[in-house]
Amino acid sequence: MNAKKKAIKIILYVLLISLSLAMLVPFYWMVISSLKMNKDVFSIPMKWWPETMHPENYRVIWNKLPLVTFFKNTAKLTVITTAVQLCTSCFAAYGFTKCKFVGRDLIFLMYVTTIAVPWQVYMVPQFILVSGMGLNDTHIGLILMQAFSAFGVFLMRQFYISIPDELCEAARIDGLNEFGIFRKIVFPLGKPAMATLVIFTFTNVWNDFMGPLIYLKTKELKTVQLGIRMFISQYGADYAWIMAASVCSLIPIVIVFLSCQRFFVEGVAASGIKG
Amino acid sequence: MSNGKTGFLTSGQKRKIRNNMIGYAFILPNLIGYAIFVFIPVVFSFVLSVMSWDGSKRPMQFVGLANFADIFGDKIFRGTLLHTITYAVMTVVPTLILALLLAVLLNNKLKGVAIFRTAFYFPYIASIVAVGAVWNMLFQPDFGPINEFLKFIGIADPPRWVVDKDWAMVAISIVSVWKYMGYYMIVYLAALQGISGSLYEAASLDGANGWQKLWHITIPMLTPTTFFVMIMLTIQCFKVFDLVYVMTGGGPGNATKTLVNYIYEKAFTSWEFGPASAGAIVLFAIVLVITLIQFSGEKKWFKDL
Repeated sequence: MNAKKKAIKIILYVLLISLSLAMLVPFYWMVISSLKMNKDVFSIPMKWWPETMHPENYRVIWNKLPLVTFFKNTAKLTVITTAVQLCTSCFAAYGFTKCKFVGRDLIFLMYVTTIAVPWQVYMVPQFILVSGMGLNDTHIGLILMQAFSAFGVFLMRQFYISIPDELCEAARIDGLNEFGIFRKIVFPLGKPAMATLVIFTFTNVWNDFMGPLIYLKTKELKTVQLGIRMFISQYGADYAWIMAASVCSLIPIVIVFLSCQRFFVEGVAASGIKG
Repeated sequence: MSNGKTGFLTSGQKRKIRNNMIGYAFILPNLIGYAIFVFIPVVFSFVLSVMSWDGSKRPMQFVGLANFADIFGDKIFRGTLLHTITYAVMTVVPTLILALLLAVLLNNKLKGVAIFRTAFYFPYIASIVAVGAVWNMLFQPDFGPINEFLKFIGIADPPRWVVDKDWAMVAISIVSVWKYMGYYMIVYLAALQGISGSLYEAASLDGANGWQKLWHITIPMLTPTTFFVMIMLTIQCFKVFDLVYVMTGGGPGNATKTLVNYIYEKAFTSWEFGPASAGAIVLFAIVLVITLIQFSGEKKWFKDL
């Protein structure tokens, strides 16, 4: 029995290790190719470990590509969008759960009816509207179109519902006003849901491709994703450079992911098992 | 404001008005943004779908269902529907199965589970542009590592992947499965934690082996999750754009052009907002049907549970 258990465990480990290595092969290939010469990327037989490293590829792309500008743009868009999304969602969720006012259910119904509508369905009229405001090819336009989602309100509302009303009632009796209750009690309690929302919005905005593709035309305003894409179409055959650029575009998200992994995983679990 | 100077209103009425104002103050920041940037565009997309407009100063014209007649008469559009459905089928089924398998494997008490979980989840958060670039090279038909490997194991004439109209979509699906399975694995893992251990203990007492437990307890208990994952994945597949755009650009020919690629091109390269919006309404109809299936399914599971 014990030997059998041990054997199963070994099989499991072998299986898991080989599967996870297989999952990571594309990333490994990306990194080693970025250190080869352009002409050696597809050399046959394939070299899993290049004999000579060419880290200067990174210096080359650094000079060819305004990466710092792209990173700054992406960081700006990501931080502002996430902050606006988080603040307005928490406020609204508090209003929908802890305040009573005329038309509350009707307004919430508006959110409910549109939550399932994919962005791709209304991206065209949205673009027309944002352009009409003169915000095409600006960061503000891109932020405004992404910062207000029904998802954020739903997520926070779901969490705030579980906070007992008696807690707010007690605070009210103690003389706190509504904003005080929100700031001192409900908002701090909502941290787990906020972490989920932050991670969700952060990865979405950071990795967003189609939004910037539609909205941003000026090179100086472009995001990392768009900039790397531009570089790839421009230097189609310079494989090592393309891989070096791709590695650069992944570094920030890797750092964020590895340092906040727990939240990523919990976030998926929280938004995944719904209903 | 509430110190009773007005005299026309009772204190109860005043409190009510105050409560209304407070409530609105909390929801307004989000409501205004949401109404302008989401709700109005959603309504407007229905309006646009029955109009003819190129975005210029010329006023739009009501054309009835002509846009829908147009796109359904367009061979390219009918093709995109077919490609999108093919992509969805080729992606959803393997992703589901692999996500479930990985979750079951990881649900064992092992050292280093977190590391494996990270490895499986990582492709999900990597950006499409970088991922598309590296997979395009892996799939390179003449010297790419995938075809080198296939030749090595004895396949003399491996597929030409992204440059072959019959294989391009398969390649895109493979990348999607690789990218998405880690995410749904975590959804499954969360659901697995919810299955009561006593079920397994009872089964062990009855002499069930591992496979039997998997087949008769785990998989049936996960049915609601599988249903949910299937719905989410299908909707996600119908919205596919980025991966196709960066890997094949819809080609070769139009072989991998999907519904959203079509909407995008109609709207932002040929500026035909009418047909683009008609395409968007078709996407909406598809997602709506899937969502309705989800609602009826959820009702069923909740009655059963």
